[in-house]
Amino acid sequence: MSFDIAMTLQRGSLHMTYEFTAGPGLTALFGPSGAGKTSLLDAVAGLARPTDGHIAVAGTVLFDRARKIDLKPEKRRCGYVFQDHRLFPHRSVRRNLLYGWRLVRPEERWLSIDLALDLLGIGHLLDRMPATLSGGEAQRVAIGRALLSAPRFLLMDEPLASVDANRREEILSLIERIRDELKLPILYVSHDRAEVERLAQQIVAVEPVQAKAAPRDQVAPINSRPINMRRISLVPAPMSSSLASRK
Amino acid sequence: MGGLSPEEWEVLLLSLKVSGVAIAAVLPLAFGLAWMLARWRFPGKVLLDAVVHLPLVLPPVVTGWLLLLTFGTNAPLGRFFADTIGLTFLFRWTGAALAAAVMALPLMVRAMRLSLETVDRRLENAARTLGAGPWRTFFTVTLPLATPGIMAGLVLGLARSVGEFGATITFASNIPGETQTLPLAIYSALQLPGSEWQVARLAGLSVLLSVSALALSEWLSRRNSEGKDRHVL
Repeated sequence: MSFDIAMTLQRGSLHMTYEFTAGPGLTALFGPSGAGKTSLLDAVAGLARPTDGHIAVAGTVLFDRARKIDLKPEKRRCGYVFQDHRLFPHRSVRRNLLYGWRLVRPEERWLSIDLALDLLGIGHLLDRMPATLSGGEAQRVAIGRALLSAPRFLLMDEPLASVDANRREEILSLIERIRDELKLPILYVSHDRAEVERLAQQIVAVEPVQAKAAPRDQVAPINSRPINMRRISLVPAPMSSSLASRK
Repeated sequence: MGGLSPEEWEVLLLSLKVSGVAIAAVLPLAFGLAWMLARWRFPGKVLLDAVVHLPLVLPPVVTGWLLLLTFGTNAPLGRFFADTIGLTFLFRWTGAALAAAVMALPLMVRAMRLSLETVDRRLENAARTLGAGPWRTFFTVTLPLATPGIMAGLVLGLARSVGEFGATITFASNIPGETQTLPLAIYSALQLPGSEWQVARLAGLSVLLSVSALALSEWLSRRNSEGKDRHVL
């Protein structure tokens, strides 16, 4: 299993339960905004701590409440491409790209700097500061920064949201190559159905919360406190011709 | 105007020594307090915040008197420092430095706390996912982003300590060559008839000192650290 996730996250008074397993390749999380897709990615990255359950990626247990395992974010080796690129504003593009690259042992790196610059078309931006980049440029640099940190799996939160159409195709094929040639497990959040259908081996539908939180004046006894369940189900991806031929 | 007289040099150097030692000694404490107040949640936080701010709102004379009560020869902390490391404060330049440090502390904590609160935690999270541990994240992301505020805190603290008068004269007294810093020297000169020129020179010195501190901080905050990685890419 690439992703084996069963956990409960608490956000305010909401308890969100996630449960799914996914095979190799790219798993798309598909669902309306506010359904908790980003919270899920944060928990896998180690930036949010589940109240219960376990998270395993590619056979490595990252979190397990029962076994008291909780790897620190820097030990999880995930490549997280955030929705808001989160480039370091005080570092040039060059020093953003090298941030994670410097922190991995040379023999663990699987992408050369030259290739990353070439694939993402960001070689001419090296001396720029993030504040001077367009949304698409910043996002491409953020993808490069994540890939150069030699991650063992990728978390991508709408990585193409601010990328313009002509770059989009190149990045899509780059993601396909990472998926097929490097066989990195990828969790991919998107609203774009076409994008999801093209990239995903499996699609997880994240449903928005249905139950309402208890009214403030009505204090529920502890054992019957309402838990808002979030159902997550595994939906087989439509067998488009490209996917069928790959399998 | 001519050069400075030996007495003026003495006052200037003593002022620099007192302020420099005061700020250097109180900087780690101020940063630690700013960090606690900005990032931690703990019982008694409001109380700690109030205590840190006391020197800002109390009359400096009262602060000086409180210092006498805690760091005097027979006071608990005063005795502790005398017995353990042989450090006494009363009527000595170290006392002037202590008074300056205590008065500068709240301004430094305020500026640093504010800058730490504006650092985007999401950037720190990004650094963690890229493989940086908490300390590396602190030194490569948090600290550089908070630097302007820390510099502002340093300058505010330095300006406050160089100008410190009330707590110093109450706690450490006004002893030429030992605790007589610039403001105390100006005060003493004012007591003597016909010393207008002397007062003006000392006041000018004081202004010069403040302006240079401001210029220094400006230079420090603008210095960027680009170009370190050029040999790689």
